[in-house]
Amino acid sequence: MELPAPDPSILARRDAILARLRQAVGAEGLITDPVETRAYECDALSAYRCPPMAVVLPKSTEEVARIMRICHEEGVPVTPRGSGTSLAGGALPTADSIILGTSRLNRVLEVDYDNRFIRVEAGRTNLSVTQEVESDGFFYAPDPSSQLACAIAGNIAMNSGGAHCLKYGVTVNNLLGVKMVMADGEIVEIGGPWADLPGYDWLALVTGSEGQLGIVTEAVLRILPRPEGARPILLAFPSNEIAGACVADIIRAGILPVAIEFMDRPVLEAVERFVGAGYPECEALLIVEVEGSEEEIDTELARIRAIAETHDPIEIREARDEADAARIWAGRKSAFGAMGQINDYICLDGTIPVSRLPDVLKGIGDLARKYDLGVGNVFHAGDGNMHPLILYDANDPEEFARAEAMGAEVLRLCVEAGGCLTGEHGVGVEKRELMPAQFSRADLEAQMDVKDVFDPNWILNPAKVFPLTLSAPRRERRRPGAAAGADSPPAPPGQAA
Amino acid sequence: MTTTPLAPASEEALAEIIRDHAARRAPLVIRGGGTRPVGPPLDGEVLTTTALSGVTLYEPGALTLVAAAGTPLAEIEALLTEHGQRLAFEPMDHRPLLGTAGTPTIGGVVAANVSGPRRIEAGACRDTLLGARFVNGKGEILKSGGRVMKNVTGYDLARLMAGARGTLGVLTEVSFKVLPAPETEATLVARGHDAHRAVALLSKALGSPWRVGGAGYLPADLAGGTSETRIRIEGREDSVRARGEKLVRHLGGDWEMVRAEESAALWRELREVLPFVGHDGAVWRISLKPTDGPVLLDLLGQDGLAHHAFLDWGGGLVWLVTPDTGDAGAAIIRGHLAALGGHATLVRASENTRRTVPVFHPEPPRLAALARGLRHRFDPAGILNPGLMDPAPAPLTEHA
Repeated sequence: MELPAPDPSILARRDAILARLRQAVGAEGLITDPVETRAYECDALSAYRCPPMAVVLPKSTEEVARIMRICHEEGVPVTPRGSGTSLAGGALPTADSIILGTSRLNRVLEVDYDNRFIRVEAGRTNLSVTQEVESDGFFYAPDPSSQLACAIAGNIAMNSGGAHCLKYGVTVNNLLGVKMVMADGEIVEIGGPWADLPGYDWLALVTGSEGQLGIVTEAVLRILPRPEGARPILLAFPSNEIAGACVADIIRAGILPVAIEFMDRPVLEAVERFVGAGYPECEALLIVEVEGSEEEIDTELARIRAIAETHDPIEIREARDEADAARIWAGRKSAFGAMGQINDYICLDGTIPVSRLPDVLKGIGDLARKYDLGVGNVFHAGDGNMHPLILYDANDPEEFARAEAMGAEVLRLCVEAGGCLTGEHGVGVEKRELMPAQFSRADLEAQMDVKDVFDPNWILNPAKVFPLTLSAPRRERRRPGAAAGADSPPAPPGQAA
Repeated sequence: MTTTPLAPASEEALAEIIRDHAARRAPLVIRGGGTRPVGPPLDGEVLTTTALSGVTLYEPGALTLVAAAGTPLAEIEALLTEHGQRLAFEPMDHRPLLGTAGTPTIGGVVAANVSGPRRIEAGACRDTLLGARFVNGKGEILKSGGRVMKNVTGYDLARLMAGARGTLGVLTEVSFKVLPAPETEATLVARGHDAHRAVALLSKALGSPWRVGGAGYLPADLAGGTSETRIRIEGREDSVRARGEKLVRHLGGDWEMVRAEESAALWRELREVLPFVGHDGAVWRISLKPTDGPVLLDLLGQDGLAHHAFLDWGGGLVWLVTPDTGDAGAAIIRGHLAALGGHATLVRASENTRRTVPVFHPEPPRLAALARGLRHRFDPAGILNPGLMDPAPAPLTEHA
């Protein structure tokens, strides 16, 4: 993984730039001590590290605007950071950049049950949004597994999902509005507690743009009434193929479970050793959860059981109560930790059409043999979001390189199967160079055109998402002190000026 | 000047037409079935996608459907029905309201981001859109998204196309997440409430765990003398009955439960805006915070703006008819929305009104500048529906 060489003209002006930032946010909002900035040198993709020039922690939208105006004038790259839980290097800084962290922007601004929304500052953690409303019977649907720590700002940047997307969608489906600071420091408001936008869908563009289009400081989020209840059923099968076929049959029967989780044998063995989950001996295990009233849950679980029984299951275990449910979920919830006990791992998140599950799983197994590495699969089967965990030893650079190479091949396999490189983690630096596997040159140029319009000087998270050689001409256009303002081409004919 | 519409039968042929028009700076009027001519009148040669037709992939077990943009909506709905599935966002058919003929296409539905009453539960058209292929104003064939449920690979240009009405590119193929169709539906109807009371009841229902898939209100003047507050419940027969009973207990008061076909007709009425069919005047579609729906109607009454109105989306969608004279109430309506929040689209009005009143709600200057920036990048020659999405009224074309 390569980062662009730091701009020496920025490093040379370091002290002057930091003085301006200190003036804007006060000493307590600025971290420049190299020991302290160390904590910001990486995100959850800790294999890649680089300390930033400084870390700025604003506590209001106005402070963010001031910071962005300074960085715009000085031509300083800005690495936005929520809680730093990105698995793709989305918050990895460069040496000539400042980190703009949202951690002090964490207030709840408005809760409105009649209109079913909550307005929060974007540094607030995902789980704390649900905690704010759950005693009144509501919840915020996207629930990435890092939800205890991850920030709404990061969720928006990466369009985060979670285990319940099949039914409730991902961040873009649950975001109603944002307050955002543009690259030049102007504050804009997009959407609000109502449906749709009057013109172009700015929310869809911003969501998943990996902090490259603006700094979201506030968000209006849709909240939903919590269902009366939820219970899982565990289905154990003798092969991945059969489990995959069962998933398709459940969906085809008109059942929309709130989650369908899939674990293969290597993961099952790991969780057995780690937590003694007590899962049946099998090749593939599904946990299917449905929601509703007790009667509805009974009916739906009976239908799922009937479908599963046509697929020669090794065992079916239905949760009768909360304790049963917790036992069924315990292994799944510890799966990543269990794999981490075996070794370091790279967690991929390519997504594939559900119908291709069996052959892609087989392909991943073949690649593991080719690269002589261990791999386990634990993923959201209902939406085809794979999470192959490739095991390697972090102290062995050769093995890490092999794991990276295998990861790239797995993702190409996902794309060839009709899927995509990343379902919920984002491209970041990790999958940047793989983008041409999914997109044509023209596709990528069109996306970079969008960035040009929002951030003409490419100061926001510039070395991410796009292959470095492709983005270089646009990134290198940046001139310190060149205040270019909004994209202002000559008005095309037929348009009001 | 317009004779037979250009109807390319392949993506490549469509791209060639656009390259040719871009070179000559000759404007194109982009169309699906031509049933939703919302916006100011446009000049240019008509380009329709109707010859790009057919479902290219349908996997009921993966809840995925991919279709060429010109595929008739009816063909897709029939195929889905055969497999017990549907497009959950319930697209409106604009033909009754706008008095148009023709065949609605799936590309047109996406280009206008058309969603119906179930939007409050299932999201908008753009929420179920998984990917799109399109040709930009330079004649480049582009794609974004794909056919999988979760995809954060690169910027979401597919959703950007939804609601962009062909001004950034011409859709050639779209893919969707489809959902199971329920076994049955029912509607709870309460009569005689005013709009404030109705929206309070709808809010209470939508905040309950009983999965409300429709929440509307027809006032007395549009409901034959007695207002109707309507709540739709869908699912399996036993579940619909049980949730209906729980909702009635939760809400209190008298509710009639209307079943199956009869229930479906109540939602067709709201979805296709049938109360305003044959009703002269300008028709506005206003999206705002649900509890502000009745507030806006009070304000319009105080201003003396003659109108009829009904509510959908729990109060968050106001369908309004005003006299089609002057600005058709634009200044008053948008003045109130500036304070309340929300946006108003002039869906139906005379050509003259649509030439002088911005059909789409004007955006703040910076967003309008971003919109111009995008159009310049995606359509540098300014040939794709020029003037349609500009906040200023469409200029007369000077380059035909």
